[in-house]
Amino acid sequence: MTRQLKILEHTLASLLRRKAKNLSLLVVYAFTIATLGSVLFLTHALKTEASDSLAAAPELVVQRLAAGRNELIPVAYAERIRALPGVEKVTPRVWGYYYDALVKANFTLMGTAGEAEQIELLEGHLPSNPDECAVGSGVAAIFGAEIGDRLVLIDSHEQNRLYKISGLFSTASSLLTNDLILLPETTLREFFAIDEQRATDLAVEIYNQREVKTLAKKIRFHLPDTRPITRSEILHTYTTIFNWRSGMMLAVTLAALIAFCILAWDKATGISSEEKREIGILKALGWETADVLAIKFWEGLAISLTAFLLGIVAAWLHVFVLGAPALVPILKGWSVIFPDFPLTARVDLLQLLTLAFLTIVPYLACTLIPAWKTAVTDPEQVMRN
Amino acid sequence: MILHPGILALLVGSLVTLLLMLQACWLGIQILFRWDSSSCSEFQLQLERKTWLVSTLLNYALGFQILSGVFYLATLEDIHRLFVGAMCATGALNANLVGWLVLVVKVILFFAASLWVVINRLDQRTEETPLVRPKYLLLLLITPLVACDLYLQFSYFSGLRPEIITSCCGSLFSEQGESVASELAGMPVRQAMTMFFTSFGVVFSLLLACLVSHAALLRSLLFISAVVHFFSALAAVVSFISLYIYQLPSHHCPFDMLQGHYAYIGYPLYAALFVSTLFALLPGLCHPLRRHPGLEREIIRREKRWLISALAGMLIFLLISVWPMLFSPFVLLGY
Repeated sequence: MTRQLKILEHTLASLLRRKAKNLSLLVVYAFTIATLGSVLFLTHALKTEASDSLAAAPELVVQRLAAGRNELIPVAYAERIRALPGVEKVTPRVWGYYYDALVKANFTLMGTAGEAEQIELLEGHLPSNPDECAVGSGVAAIFGAEIGDRLVLIDSHEQNRLYKISGLFSTASSLLTNDLILLPETTLREFFAIDEQRATDLAVEIYNQREVKTLAKKIRFHLPDTRPITRSEILHTYTTIFNWRSGMMLAVTLAALIAFCILAWDKATGISSEEKREIGILKALGWETADVLAIKFWEGLAISLTAFLLGIVAAWLHVFVLGAPALVPILKGWSVIFPDFPLTARVDLLQLLTLAFLTIVPYLACTLIPAWKTAVTDPEQVMRN
Repeated sequence: MILHPGILALLVGSLVTLLLMLQACWLGIQILFRWDSSSCSEFQLQLERKTWLVSTLLNYALGFQILSGVFYLATLEDIHRLFVGAMCATGALNANLVGWLVLVVKVILFFAASLWVVINRLDQRTEETPLVRPKYLLLLLITPLVACDLYLQFSYFSGLRPEIITSCCGSLFSEQGESVASELAGMPVRQAMTMFFTSFGVVFSLLLACLVSHAALLRSLLFISAVVHFFSALAAVVSFISLYIYQLPSHHCPFDMLQGHYAYIGYPLYAALFVSTLFALLPGLCHPLRRHPGLEREIIRREKRWLISALAGMLIFLLISVWPMLFSPFVLLGY
C-alpha cells in the first residue's frame, strides 16, 4: 500500500515536470468528456423534465379515429366510459392548434370550464367571461402583451376575435404553458366551430393505477372507433425518443472519441528522450518492469480522473448554467416557439459511469502498449544513447 | 435495438476488452509454442518481456470486465422503464431471455479472470516462472468467453423491443410458478435459513481452521464448501434475505435491491459475496501448485491475506443480510 502511494507520488511529480505536454492532452481529453457529458446531461434533464410534467397528465386519454385520422369524439362516449367500473371521472376536453400568420408561431388553444379560479403559477385569474383568456409567458412575450391587453385571433370563419388577457402563466410552468392560450369552453367551441355534442378528446381518471391497461382494453372493446392512450405509453415514447436522440448524438461523437484515442496513442508513443532516460535510470537503480508499469498505470489514472473532473464540470456549466446552447436545437426539437425553461440540474451515478466507461476505458486501452514499450526498455541501451 | 447511452458504453467497453484479449491471445500463442526457459537467446528475452505485456493487458481487461458487470446491472435497472410490465432488472432481462445468459457469462468471467490474475501474480513473483504454459492455455480459454460475452450482449440489446410486454419479478419469483426461481422463492423460510446458516458456519469455521493449520484436506473442503455456500447464499437472497430487505413477505426479487429506494444495498451485498467466494476458493486451488518450491513460498506468504479477506467478505455479507432480520420492525418468523 505505502509502496503504491510512493509510486503515485513519484508519478505526480514527474507529470508536473512535463506540464506543457500533459496539459495539451488534458485539455483535449477534458473537451471530449465535456462534449459527451453535455449530451448525456441534457437528455437526462429533458427526460426528467418530460416525466415530471406528465405526472399531472390524465392516466388515460381517449381519442376517436375515423379513416385512420383523428376525429372529434362524441361527448356521449363520456357517459358510456363513465359507466365502466373503476372509472373515477371522464372529462371531455376541447382544444386545438392555431397558427398565427403574423408572428409565425403555433399556439395551443384550450377550453376551461369558465370558473374564475385563482391557481398557483398564474398571475391574475382564469378566464370567466366569454371574451377573456389566460396566456402562457411565451405567447405574452411574442405579442409583447400584458394583463388587461387585448389579443386578436382569427377564428375558423375568418373573423377577427378580441380577447382580454385576464391571466398570465408564470415562467416556472413554461414547459407546459409556454404556447398555451386558455379560453372559456363555449368561446372556444364558437372559435373552432365545434358543436356541443363533440369534444377533441376525453380525459379519463381511474381509481386504481393497475386497472389502466384493462380499462383501455375495455374502452377499445365497447367503442371500437376510439384510441385510448395511457400516460405510461406517452412516458415510454418520450424516454425512447430521448434515448434514441442521445444515442445518435453519442454515436456521432464517437468519431471524435476515436480521433482522441489516436491522439492519446500518439502522445503515449512519442515519449521524449528525457523521459526515456529517466526510466532507464530508474531501472538501473533497481526498479522492476512491474514498478514502471505501475507508474504508467497511475499516470493514466491521474490524467483520466483530472480530465474527467474538468470535463463533467464543463459539461455541467454548459448544460445547466448556459442552457446547452450548442445542443438544444438538435436534442430538444420543439414547435415554433421554444419554451425557454431552466433545466433542473440532476445527474445520477449511472450517467457518470456511462461517461467514464465511454471515455476512460478507450483511453487506458490505447495507452497500454506504449506504456509497456517504455517499461521494458533496457537501461543499458537507453543510457548508451 | 434501443440506442441507450448505457448500452452503447457497454458495447464499446466489451469491444475494447475483446481487442485487448485478442492481442494478449496472439502473444500468448507465441509464448506457448516457443517458450524455453533454459534458453538465453534474444528471442526468449523478447518473449519474457512480452509476458509483461500480456499480464498488463489482462489486468486491464479484467478490471474493465468487473466494472462492466456492475455497469450491466445498473443499465438493466435503468432500461427497465422502457418495457411495459417491467419493474426492475428482471423485467428487462425477461424482455429478451439472452440477457440471463449474459449475466451467467459475466459471473463466470469474473471468477475465471480473477483466478488468472492471481495465478499470474504468483508466477511472476518466482524466478523460474513454472506456470507459463498452463497460464497461457487458460488465457486461450478465457478469450472465447469474452467474445461470447460481447456477442451475447449485442444480441440481447439488439433483440430488445420496447413494445413487448414482459413479466416482472413478481411473477417470475412468485411462490406458485414452476421455474427454478419459483422453487427458490417457494422454499420454506426456515429450511432456507438452516441451509444458509449451516453452509455459512461450515465455510467460516474452515476459513478459521485454515488460518491455523496447513492441512491439504482442509483446503479442499474449503473449496467445495465455498462453492456450495455461493449457491446457497444466492438461494438465500431469493428466498428470505430479499423479504427482510423489502419488508414484504411476498417479494422475492434479487434485483430490486439494486435500486435507489433500497439505498443500493444490493451492490455491497453481492460484492461481498463474490469477493469472499473468490478468496475462499484460492487456498484450495493453489494447494496443488505447492509442488514448485518457488511457488510454495509465495503461496504461504499470501494465503493468510486471502483467508482474512474471505472472512471479512463473509462477515460483511452476513452483517448486511442479518441486520434487517434483527433490527427492522418486519417479523417473518414467529407465526
